[in-house]
Amino acid sequence: MTVLDHLVIAPVVIPAIVAPLALLAMRRRRRVGVALSLAGCVAMLAAALALFGIAQDDAIRAYPLGDWPAPFGIVLVLDRLSATMLVLAAVLALVVMIHAVITAADRRGWHFHPLFHFQLLGLNGAFLTGDLFNLFVFFEVLLIASYGLMLHGQGADRLKAGVAYVVVNIVGSALFLIALGLLYGLTGTLNMADLAVRVATLGAADQGLLRIAALLLVTVFALKAAVVPLHLWLPRTYAATAPVVAALFAIMTKVGVYAMIRVIPLIFGDGAGAAAWVPAPWLLPAAVLTAVIGFAGILAARAMREQAAFAIVGSTGTLLLAVACWTPTTTAAALTYLVHAVIAGAALFLVADVTQRRRGQYGDALVPTPRFAGQQAAGLLFLAATVGAVGLPPLSGFVAKLFILQSSFALPGWWVIWATVLGTTLIGVIGFAQSGSRLFWKSAPDSAPITGPVRPRAEFIAPATLIALLALLTIGAGWVTAQMQATAAQVYAPERTIAAVLGEAQK
Amino acid sequence: MSLEFLIASAIGVLTAGGIYLALRARTFQVVLGLTLLSYAVNLFLFAVGRLMVDRPPLYAPGVTDHADPLPQALVLTAIVITFGMTALVVILSLRSFLESGSDQVDGIADPTRDEAE
Repeated sequence: MTVLDHLVIAPVVIPAIVAPLALLAMRRRRRVGVALSLAGCVAMLAAALALFGIAQDDAIRAYPLGDWPAPFGIVLVLDRLSATMLVLAAVLALVVMIHAVITAADRRGWHFHPLFHFQLLGLNGAFLTGDLFNLFVFFEVLLIASYGLMLHGQGADRLKAGVAYVVVNIVGSALFLIALGLLYGLTGTLNMADLAVRVATLGAADQGLLRIAALLLVTVFALKAAVVPLHLWLPRTYAATAPVVAALFAIMTKVGVYAMIRVIPLIFGDGAGAAAWVPAPWLLPAAVLTAVIGFAGILAARAMREQAAFAIVGSTGTLLLAVACWTPTTTAAALTYLVHAVIAGAALFLVADVTQRRRGQYGDALVPTPRFAGQQAAGLLFLAATVGAVGLPPLSGFVAKLFILQSSFALPGWWVIWATVLGTTLIGVIGFAQSGSRLFWKSAPDSAPITGPVRPRAEFIAPATLIALLALLTIGAGWVTAQMQATAAQVYAPERTIAAVLGEAQK
Repeated sequence: MSLEFLIASAIGVLTAGGIYLALRARTFQVVLGLTLLSYAVNLFLFAVGRLMVDRPPLYAPGVTDHADPLPQALVLTAIVITFGMTALVVILSLRSFLESGSDQVDGIADPTRDEAE
């Protein structure tokens, strides 16, 4: 193995080293710790981009940890899908980290930087692993870090929402373990590629248990993705936590969707015999409900952060609409939308952050206020972020939604998807127009004047960067779509993953 | 009674008790419920490797029948994680109780019930 082969593990190793170093450095010199943390984010982005470049040759690479052969040891798998998710996570992490440092949000608590990197460790690990139990462990790593981050800055509201968030996720972990136990009991393996081989050969007597395991697994992923009716934890948690943390969490719900895209076509795909596509019929109705409830929440929300949280639920719904069709073209559309939705969701939270910092005692409530400094800049950013979030031109949400509509048109239930996507977009536009006019258009000169220090303009950098990224995604839409089509083609060729992980022995 | 019946009914009772307690409104009962649930899950994972008595896990001279060592490793990982999680949720509910003055899971005080007890 050359050094380049070991690069696969870098996205897991870098945060694992940076987190404790930042923790140690913060005790003496805060600036050194912050510099380390930022350098860690940059290094992770560099590693992710390098891996993305390596994955361009369309080969699937397995990296056996400790050099144990595949079904016995744990493998990391690098393909186009994992490389894309790594780049997305690294870009988001860098922008969010810069925003946290500029706004000094990282100083509101003790361990923002170490927790942030442990969160990234969990995320990157979940994207790379080729083993279901290892996926559980990385889910736990990212959840444990997210509990700490969610409570960052503290306060009674955050603690109350935190208890519910932790309890829901512990129950989710219990379900995950039961599903893993069932799968292991049936097949004797937890390696994803090995599972794909063995699930197909199960006897008729085991099919019932296999279906239960598949549905339980998808239930857990749906809980992480906040799919209706398992979404109730999300709006409260995301609205109560610090906006900069919520911006990073924008990718956490999409980890659940990623896990579905990773696991279902591979293990419960066409090759699974009687258990093929067991979870599929449940997902489309859930996706429709999620999109409708999410976008209706935008209309009903009373504060900016609550609205952004519902926008994230709605985007997961739209995303699942495309995922639940389970064809290569719709999955390519879903992946295009996934990249867009993560950045747009994060942008909404960062804009809410910079706006509420300028509104003093009014916070992020959707009520008119007297004029405040920076209202125009914040208003423009809000306009751009919401245009991105609902999917209007010229930003990338429009291209991605168009791609979803176009790719689903050939399918029998196309009108359900079209009606949901178009209807929810309209509801979203009305909701955001209403709140935008309350926040930035109307003014209430008679109300109490806003008190508070003048905020630096540098705070606008991070949200503007995210919106610039959305614009870039539109400009490079042709390239992005081609990338995602190649990625989806790999997802729907499970035999290639199996061959890459298990080697020639299985053929 | 067989070992299978004993283990299966233990898992069932623990799960039922765990779900009942986890659905209660107060944090202490919820924490207990989550703990019972994690015991049930751990037992279940352990049983997944099939129930065997008096067998070596990997290798012993002259023995052909082995117990599956992997579920035991999985259970160990699960125990460590749930232990940490339980500690966290205990501290969290304590802080939430001290800050909001209520031990309800939703954080909203229920004065009638608090006085009655």
